[in-house]
Formats: sequence, structure tokens, C-alpha cells
Amino acid sequence: MEILRSKKKPTAEAASNLSLYRCAPSLEVRLDDFELYAIDRLRVLKGISNGLSRGKTPDEMKTLVNELWRTNMRHPDVTQIINKDLISHFVLRLVYCRTDELRKWFLSMETTLFRYRFRLESLESQRMLMAEFQLPYKALNYVEYERVKDKLTQVSRSIGQSSNVDTIFFKVPFEEVPELVANRRVFLLKGNAYVAMNQVKWTSTIREQEKDRLTPIVEALGSSYLGPDYSQPMEFTDISLKDIDQLANTSFPLCMRHLFNRLREDHHLKHGGRMQLGLFLKGVGLNLENALAFWRAEFSQKVGSERFDKEYAYTVRHNYGKEGKRTDYTPYSCQKIISVTPSVGDHHGCPYRHFSEENLRAALSKMGVGGRAMDDVMDKVRNRHYQLACTMTFETIHAASCDSGINHPNQYFIQSRKLLEPKGQSLS
Amino acid sequence: MEGNFNEKDDMKIDVHSPGNQQPKKVSHEFSFDYLKVYYGKLFPYSDIFRWMSYGNDGKHPACDESYFSRREFSFTLENDVYLRFQSFKSATDLENSIKEKCPSKIDIGPVYSVDPSKRHAYVQAGNNVFTPVERELVFDIDITEYDDIRYCCSGSDICLNCWPLMAIAIKVIDTALRDDFGFNHILWVYSGRRGVHCWVCDGRARRLSNEARSSITDYFHVYKGSENGLKKASLTGLALHPFLARAYTDVLLDYFERTLIHNQKLFSVEDRYEKILDIIPDKSVASEIHEKWQGNKRSSTSEEGRWDQLKSMLQSGKHKGLRRSVEEIVFSYTFPRIDMEVSKHMNHLLKAPFCVHPKTGRVCVPIDPKHCDDFDPTSIPTLSLLLEELNAGGVQMDVENDWERTSLDQSIRFFRSSFLQPLMKSCKEEMESSYSARVQQSNKTSLGW
Repeated sequence: MEILRSKKKPTAEAASNLSLYRCAPSLEVRLDDFELYAIDRLRVLKGISNGLSRGKTPDEMKTLVNELWRTNMRHPDVTQIINKDLISHFVLRLVYCRTDELRKWFLSMETTLFRYRFRLESLESQRMLMAEFQLPYKALNYVEYERVKDKLTQVSRSIGQSSNVDTIFFKVPFEEVPELVANRRVFLLKGNAYVAMNQVKWTSTIREQEKDRLTPIVEALGSSYLGPDYSQPMEFTDISLKDIDQLANTSFPLCMRHLFNRLREDHHLKHGGRMQLGLFLKGVGLNLENALAFWRAEFSQKVGSERFDKEYAYTVRHNYGKEGKRTDYTPYSCQKIISVTPSVGDHHGCPYRHFSEENLRAALSKMGVGGRAMDDVMDKVRNRHYQLACTMTFETIHAASCDSGINHPNQYFIQSRKLLEPKGQSLS
Repeated sequence: MEGNFNEKDDMKIDVHSPGNQQPKKVSHEFSFDYLKVYYGKLFPYSDIFRWMSYGNDGKHPACDESYFSRREFSFTLENDVYLRFQSFKSATDLENSIKEKCPSKIDIGPVYSVDPSKRHAYVQAGNNVFTPVERELVFDIDITEYDDIRYCCSGSDICLNCWPLMAIAIKVIDTALRDDFGFNHILWVYSGRRGVHCWVCDGRARRLSNEARSSITDYFHVYKGSENGLKKASLTGLALHPFLARAYTDVLLDYFERTLIHNQKLFSVEDRYEKILDIIPDKSVASEIHEKWQGNKRSSTSEEGRWDQLKSMLQSGKHKGLRRSVEEIVFSYTFPRIDMEVSKHMNHLLKAPFCVHPKTGRVCVPIDPKHCDDFDPTSIPTLSLLLEELNAGGVQMDVENDWERTSLDQSIRFFRSSFLQPLMKSCKEEMESSYSARVQQSNKTSLGW
């Protein structure tokens, strides 16, 4: 294997430092560098993730990415900068390919990082990079362009972009750009998506390429760099049933509080709600035995305990990896919860995104959010910064700041417990 | 998905159905005795088998002999027992099992990596080899999703006044699947009661990842939230995306103006037009029109007249930000509402065509998208009608199959000529070309050595 960039070394002046990460470097790496590089890159990605969830504008992001990159990814030996980039990328790729959730996060952060770094490049090196991609993307020739010109203009008008005559368009199989298809941001004709240069997203180049080959290696790598997946209860092991109401009241994020309350009231939750709340509770530290007791106590009031045992107990055990393919499922992250589309009668999802304004206001004031804080939260919601809205809610009711932002309901819970519980003392 | 068959209900006649025009000799309701005869004489096993084999049942060296046997079928039995992960080696195998079990419903699932009936053996081997590898891209559209905008029936009932909503969905989605996504082998089927199913069967469609399926589903989705119990279409931007623009000018507007306004009495009943006016963001405009229509019952009497009045007011340009309102109204009252979850994942099951719906006794027959306006869900073949026709033909006519003597004939012929035969042809071509590519590849490799 070789580093893709090294092929072009002779033209080092024009070539940029931006790698396409086509193949893993065949370098020897000192073990401590291996770790240090990865941690430095993780700082960059976490910084980007924070910036995004704080709702920074593209321009602010550009500055932020540039700064993060320069502070964390520098190296005393200039020739080593590229290697550091490559090594750290591939180490994290290993670490983050373990679950779908992690992969998604990693991909989306790397994509953002790449996009902003790409923009910082000169036009000339942008072109060179494009050529290097060897993507299945074919640039439209003049005849083709003329044929679909009107439609392309129509699309860019529909997404509020001024159409630019100079823009180069690429013809891509629609499967390659699912995000652009889903949001109707591209023109589709006979199975091809017409993607503008500035929409090219890079995802296809690194998507899951390495998943199968590397899984065994990663299993052995240990979990030292893993972003927390909250599948195992962390600090607070085994909460008991008698505490659960109090915990819900003080330390559950709104999404879980809502599900919890609906369950207590209706003695029933639909599938999506059972999954979202069930896995959260598992992460919080409710063991299987208690979970079964908890769900049975509610459901049996509505459907009878016999039907509960017959129809619902299975899924509870399933969530704990005791049935079916025996996967120990991980609690849902904010990203996943925000992305669902609940339908009528569903209570899962992210209240900041899925509640009507009225309902959200009512729910928030019940939690003790009011006045200025309420307006601030609603403002974030209107601008679709749901995680930020949740973070502000957290900060308001705990009267403490939460610099990391809320990325996971279980993180919300843990941080809340940390604040509310004096050290070393547990509920029971 | 359709509700499960319930034993208590099978003696009830669907009295709400406006299409009860066949008070004939064989009693109307569904029964398992009838179903046995249907499976014994009429169900087109070989057609289903050929379809689900996608050319792999032939003699071509590129055939994958295990293909059909890796497909999941699921049966719902008389006592509500649900059998998942059934699989069959051959057409005869499938036929025998269906005849023996007499399922009230047959569902079709994905093609798995291994025979689904033997999945446990593979699970024990540890590595996760049991996984779906192919699945038609499917859509499920239920009329119940439209309950906020139809006034002729509600719930599971469907009639000729609300069928146009289904016809719209078929036209809009069928066109987009062909023109935008480039698919060719598309089968539309009446679900037997309250909606339609769509099966996209091109090789490319069958191999789509879940992510790509989601993206197509989202491409077809325009609704945001449900304020005031109305699913409102939200359209932003300076222009409509070409897909939406084409749907609007070719299908939606026309149906809204020529059919639905009248069929659903959208502008003559006060609470109905109030709901429409609610869509307009400028409340002063809405109330101005409301007063006009309410106070002055005689002028601008016709429904079409009222719509024209509303349209010209909204499009006059006098009020800012209202130009989109006309389109938003039309989209809200016409645009397809697909059940998103069904289409997003490979492993969602969908009822097989030519099943009999246990509540209505209607057969799930294919629909010709070109003539979906003429499709009448209330007068399609029912189990009892088919049996009568079988009985009537007591003296054998010279036919190869029993179904040729019944009204199922037309449906099966249509299924073959417009769907199965073109599909088989393209499967063969695909097989040929992939095979010759492989041969070429191996020639090249051997030359290199």
C-alpha cells in the first residue's frame, strides 16, 4: 500500500496537504504516536461536533475548523504533518467503525472537516483533488448540460441558491448521494442525480469501505478511545425501582420524561417509545429483572400481565441481548432520536423537534423553565438547534453550565446525577 | 399494514362498503372453505414462483439455484397464528404448503443470505451471516392516511369518491419511479381493502441499501406536522423542485379542480372550506374570504367559482407571501401519503398479490397505472364471485386453467403481459451480460498468466 499523495510528490508546490484517505499508510508508527495522534484528531472532531450543535454559521465554522486543525494537528517536523493526518484518520476509522451509531458520527464529522479544509484550498488544488477522486462522477458535457439546464436552475431556486452558470455539474447514480435525494436538493433523471460541484459530499469515498476487513482488529484494540455509547451503566450501577420516579423528575431529559410520564398515565407505549425509553433505562442502570418488573407493572394495567408476558416481555429481554440475535443494544443518541418521524399515537422522538410550540412550552414550564430562559430555548428550537435547546434546558434547571453540550440522553442523565449527587454517595 | 384477521369478524358483512352491489347466490362473506377452493383451483402459483425467481429458475449457467429458496414467506393462519421465515425450494413446494396451511394472508419478505428456515443453524455458527440481501422496493399507501381530507368515508372504507386520491398517488409515484429513478418493472396491486401496494422489481431496486430506500421515501414526502388535524404540505423556496412541479401541473391541480372539489364538496360545506382557509398564513385574507362566502350565499355559488375566487385573490400579488398558498392547498389535499416505514427497510413484509382479503373477500389484483382512474375497488373479483363463476362453468369449457373461466382471467393476463414477461426478459438480459462479463474477466486473467 502506498500513500496516495506520495505519487504526486514532484509537484509538491501545487499539491495540497489534503488527503483523500484512499488507503491506509504502510508506515511504521510508534505506539505512543499512534495514541497521541488519534487523541489530537479526536479533539478536532469533538470541536467540530460542538460547533455544529451550538449552531455556528458556515463562516464561523470555517474559522473554527481552521483553528482546531492548526492547534491540534501541527507537528514539529513539517514533513510529518501529512503522516499525522493520515495515521490519526485511520486509527479513528478503526475505532469508530464498531457500530452504526459511531460510524455515522465519525463520518459526519470527518466529512465536515474535509469540506472546510477543501474550501481552504486554492482553486487549482481543488481541481487536482477532484481529478484524483476517480469518483463515479462524470462531469456534464455541454450538450447534456443544455438539455437539463432549466431543471437544474429550478432545483437551485427551490433550495434557495442562486444558480451559477460556471458551476460544474456531475452525473452520479442516485444511490451515491442519498442525503441530497432525500432533501430533494438534486435533479434526478433516469436514475442519475445531477450534483453541483459545491454539493459533492465525499461520503462515498470512505463509507464503510473497511468495515468487514477491520472488525476483528478493532475488537482487540480495546475501548480506550471509544466515544461513550452508554450501553453499560457507567457511574451509577443498578438503580432500583423505588427511585425511578424521583430520578425521572430530576435527571431525565425531556424526551425520556415525556415517555416516562405517558407510560405512567396510559400504561402503554408504542414500539418506538418502548425502544427509546427501554434502552435509556438500561443505560441508566435498570437491570433486566427490574426492567421486566417495571414494564409489567405498567402494561399489565392495560393489557393484563398474561398478554404482557406473551407479547411484550420478549422485546424487553431482546433489548438486553437475551433474545433473537443477542445483541446488547445501545441506548439511542440525540442524533438518532431527532432523526425519527413519529406518527400519530407515538411519543418517542425529540420533543424539541417534534412537539408543537404550545406543547413544548407547557412541557418546559412544567420542568421549571420560564421567562428569558424559555424564550432562549424556543429561539434555538425555531432555528432547529434541538440539542442546543436541550442543553439550555439542562443548564437552566441545574443552574450549572454544560460546556460539552448534550449529545446523548444518557449523558444528560449522568451529568445531572453528577451535579445533584454529592461525590461518593449513591441514591440507595 | 392491514389488521389481522379476526375470527369473530368473519361472519360480518362489511355494511359500510358502498359497493355492496352483488347480492348473489354464494353468500357474501369470506370463509376458509371458499379459500380452500381458491387455493386449490385459482391461485396463480407458477406466476408467483416465476416472478420471485427472477430468472434463476432457468437453465442458464449464471442461475443462482438457491435464490428462490432464500426468500422469506410468512403465513397468517386461521387461528391467527403467524408463521414467519417459511421458505420453499420450488413452485410445487410453495403450492403444497399453501394448499395445506390455507393461510388467510401470505406476506412476502426479503431474500436472505441463507435459507431463512435454517437461520438458527447459522446463528449458532456465531458470525452474523443471516441477513437480508435483496428486497423489492415497496410502497404501501392506505386511504386511512387521508382521513383529514376525505368526507365520503372514513377508516378502512373506500369508495369511488375517494379512490381518485389513490389514483393520484399511483400516477405521481409511478411517473417519478420511472422518470426520476429510472425503474421499469413496477407492479401496482390493490391491497384488498383500503389501499394500494407498489412493488419495484428492477435488479437495481432490489439491491438498494436501506439508506437509499430511506432517501427515496423522503423524496416522496412533503408533509410537516399535523396542525389542526390537517396534514399540511410545507413548500419552501422560490420554485418547486422539478418532481413536485411536474406532479402539480400534470396531476395534482387537475384532480383537485376537476374531481376532488366536487367529489368531496370542499367549498360548499363551511367546516370544510374553513379548514382550507386555515392553510393560508395571512389570517386577514382568510377571514375576508370566509365572510364573503358565509354572508353571501347566492353569489359565487358554485364550488369551482369559489376556488377560482380564492385562487385569484391569493395570486393577485397584493399580499406578500401568499403565492405558495395555492400550491400548498392543492398539495395538502392531493399529494400521495405513503407509509414511510414500510419502504425504508429491506426486511419489511408486504402482502402478496392475489391474496384474498379476509375482511372484504376481495382479491388483491394488479392495477394498471395507465388506467388507474377506471379501477373500481368496489367491483373487483371477490372470493364468492369467483366461486360462483367456477360453479356456473360446471361443464368443462376447453381451458387450461380454471381461472380462465372466472373474472380473475383478466387480472392474471394483465399481470403476465404487462409485468411478468417484460421482467423475465430483462432478467435474462441482465444474467447474460453479467455472465459474459465474468467469462471475459476470467479469460483475461488466464491470458495474463
